[in-house]
Amino acid sequence: MQSLTLPLLVILGLTITGYFLAKTRALQVAGGDIRKLVSLPKQHALNTVLATAIPPLAAIVLFSLYRRLAEAEGSWLFTLVVIALAVTGFALSLIGIKTESRARTFAERWIMGLLIFASTIAIMTTVGIVFSMLFETFNFFEQYDWRDFFFSANWSPNFRGNSDLGILPLLWGTLYISFIALTFAVPIGLFAAIYLSEYASSRMRSVAKPAIEILAGIPTIVYGLFALVTVGPFLRDYFASPMGLGQSASSVMTAGLVMGIMLIPFVSSLSDDIINAVPQAMRDGSFGLGATKSETIRQVVIPAALPGIVGAILLAASRAIGETMIVVLGAGAAARLSLNPFEAMTTVTVKIVSQLTGDTDFASPETLVAFALGLTLFVITLGLNVFALFIVRKYREQYE
Amino acid sequence: MSTSLLTTDARTKKRNAAEARFKAYGLGAIIVAMFALVILLTSVLGNGLSSFKQTFIALEVELPEDKLDKSGVRDLAVMSKVTTIGYAPILRNALLATLAEQGIETELSNKEISNMISKEAAATVRNRVLGNPDLVGQTVRFDVLASGRIDGFFKGRVTMESAALDNNTSPEALEIAQALADAGIMQTKFNWNFFVWPDASDQRPEAAGIGVAILGSLYMMLVVLCLALPIGVASSIYLEEFAPKNRWTDIIEVNISNLAAVPSIVFGILGLAIFINFMEFNQSSPLVGGLVLTLMTLPTIIISTRAALKSVPPSIRDAALGVGASKMQSVFHHVLPLAAPGILTGTIIGLAQALGETAPLLLIGMVAFVREYPAAFTPESGLFGEASTALPVQVYNWTQRADPGFVERASGAIITLLVFLLIMNAVAIYLRRRFERRW
Repeated sequence: MQSLTLPLLVILGLTITGYFLAKTRALQVAGGDIRKLVSLPKQHALNTVLATAIPPLAAIVLFSLYRRLAEAEGSWLFTLVVIALAVTGFALSLIGIKTESRARTFAERWIMGLLIFASTIAIMTTVGIVFSMLFETFNFFEQYDWRDFFFSANWSPNFRGNSDLGILPLLWGTLYISFIALTFAVPIGLFAAIYLSEYASSRMRSVAKPAIEILAGIPTIVYGLFALVTVGPFLRDYFASPMGLGQSASSVMTAGLVMGIMLIPFVSSLSDDIINAVPQAMRDGSFGLGATKSETIRQVVIPAALPGIVGAILLAASRAIGETMIVVLGAGAAARLSLNPFEAMTTVTVKIVSQLTGDTDFASPETLVAFALGLTLFVITLGLNVFALFIVRKYREQYE
Repeated sequence: MSTSLLTTDARTKKRNAAEARFKAYGLGAIIVAMFALVILLTSVLGNGLSSFKQTFIALEVELPEDKLDKSGVRDLAVMSKVTTIGYAPILRNALLATLAEQGIETELSNKEISNMISKEAAATVRNRVLGNPDLVGQTVRFDVLASGRIDGFFKGRVTMESAALDNNTSPEALEIAQALADAGIMQTKFNWNFFVWPDASDQRPEAAGIGVAILGSLYMMLVVLCLALPIGVASSIYLEEFAPKNRWTDIIEVNISNLAAVPSIVFGILGLAIFINFMEFNQSSPLVGGLVLTLMTLPTIIISTRAALKSVPPSIRDAALGVGASKMQSVFHHVLPLAAPGILTGTIIGLAQALGETAPLLLIGMVAFVREYPAAFTPESGLFGEASTALPVQVYNWTQRADPGFVERASGAIITLLVFLLIMNAVAIYLRRRFERRW
């Protein structure tokens, strides 16, 4: 940290002086007559500022990455290089000020470079995600057999070693909870969307639509607390206990139900868009043949919108699979393969949290397994997303 | 046989019934969704509103010199040797004296009397005394916290029946508390300190607050704003205005829409692997949290900024180019200012999303127990480098504690969080209404 203070101060100083020097020098070159200049003095100034600041800053970023990779220490040589870069940019851009020099074009090239750099950050994020997880997953599979990870039905980590780390019970819990959430959210979301776009008066629409969207804006921790404090005990006292299905407040049903509530606005707003995109002419044709409104919706609108709706459901499924806080607080921590929805089960995301919080040792398979779980989660959700986006896009092209 | 046109036949009746049913399903779905929203909000409000109030006991505390200052000359080094354990009996005696003064008789042991006062109270009194040594030897009035159970009694969480089964309190203690409340000595009043105090340990939910969490969340939002807004706007400008249509820009676009749908916990893993293990930034610092949330909100901001840029009509660009502006000038001088309200709205909504995000922060160590207010800058840990926590993580933290008093605190923190979100969204809606242009 300290080694950066001096270069940063030098860069800051040079850019500020550069700005004013370039302005005066541009006027000087033109002999005080601004009309003789091809570029305005402020454009020369901007060019000087960018030429002074960007190369050394880029060098600092590159070098700090390199230093982590090669584990080299920061040196005075590096400081010198950075300062030299700043001074060079400063001097060259000031010397380059002539009446006919096109400072605006040069400045815009620097800005263009910055814009391109910014747009690659999204790519770098993805690359970072994939590589960080791949790297640790390889470390994990060096210590733990991949067949046991993917095909073992037993999850019992033990920080003294000899753990069973089978993903199957976690995947089962994840899919079971997502399935319950979707069986709850899809019909409600879909019917709500149909009602809002086909039946509701504009006044009702203006009230109900934002109200449903409030559900989408509520953070998932709020749903988690709701599951823990309200829904879990309610289900236990009124359903699970009387029916003799279990005594646990945290259960697949609790998490699934609350996650279903969270997904309603997601399903309904996506389906709403898609239903609205079905051309009115198709409805009118159906009405002309004597169909009622519900017959039109069931036999014309929904089939036409089906690919989009399937896409929306897949996106909702990917949300459900990757959801963390609701299952952490609502589903429990016991890994088991069971059909009883009132039993506590656990999911991939819950185990990622539990293996990576608290005391972690990045050499032991019990910690590293979280990266393998994360990668599995990433691959599943990515697959669902790509497939869903593909379907939605393909559908949109039909009517445009 | 002929039937009148005015009587509907069986088939039409069936079709009409199906129509009515279908419509009812739709209405039912909306009612279920609304009902869920109402239940959710009442549950949170019902559990949490009481956390904004707190029970205090007004005590005339005698601060004896022989106990608190052995030196007799107000030497701070000597005085600070008396720990909170030394202050607890003083508070207990003050409470006993008050009881005697009010004519309330009690058969409770000293320990049970002590249990009525929060364990935090001794620390409060000690800090006051060390801050102002002249108080020693005087009788000073303190408003000290009642213990969590007594507080719960006045909020309806603790009842006589539950107290009978509880090791930390007893029905007799509650009766005394009721008598003190009737005498006006014990009062449940609005508790500003909830927003200011840091977290407290397991045994003292009554002293826990969200001060550190709010500060940490604020720091993170600053980091997100300073990074995500410029980067998001720059990359949207490139993609929307300059990028050639080729494979590379296609990859970037698909990539951004996929990043928007990556589960948030995956960003937490990224933060842990890259920022903490590889770059060696401090664990549980707002800087790392802010960086992770920046990467998470970037797609949201990019998508809304691009929509805002797209809605500026091409004639604006053409006019600028026509009077001799460069492409870059047309964008920065004309398109960007016109798109600014839309960009701002998208940014605020992205920030609101980031503010409520919990899962990635758990992985980068923000669950740690933090009682110190983090400084924005220190020479050792750099900018935003001190350990901190955040509002949603504090909520999670409190749900993991054993004492039921923390559930109330968690709900209170959530209400605060929701109020912040409400304000941000209201500002976004206002900006959109006020500045939105239709071309």
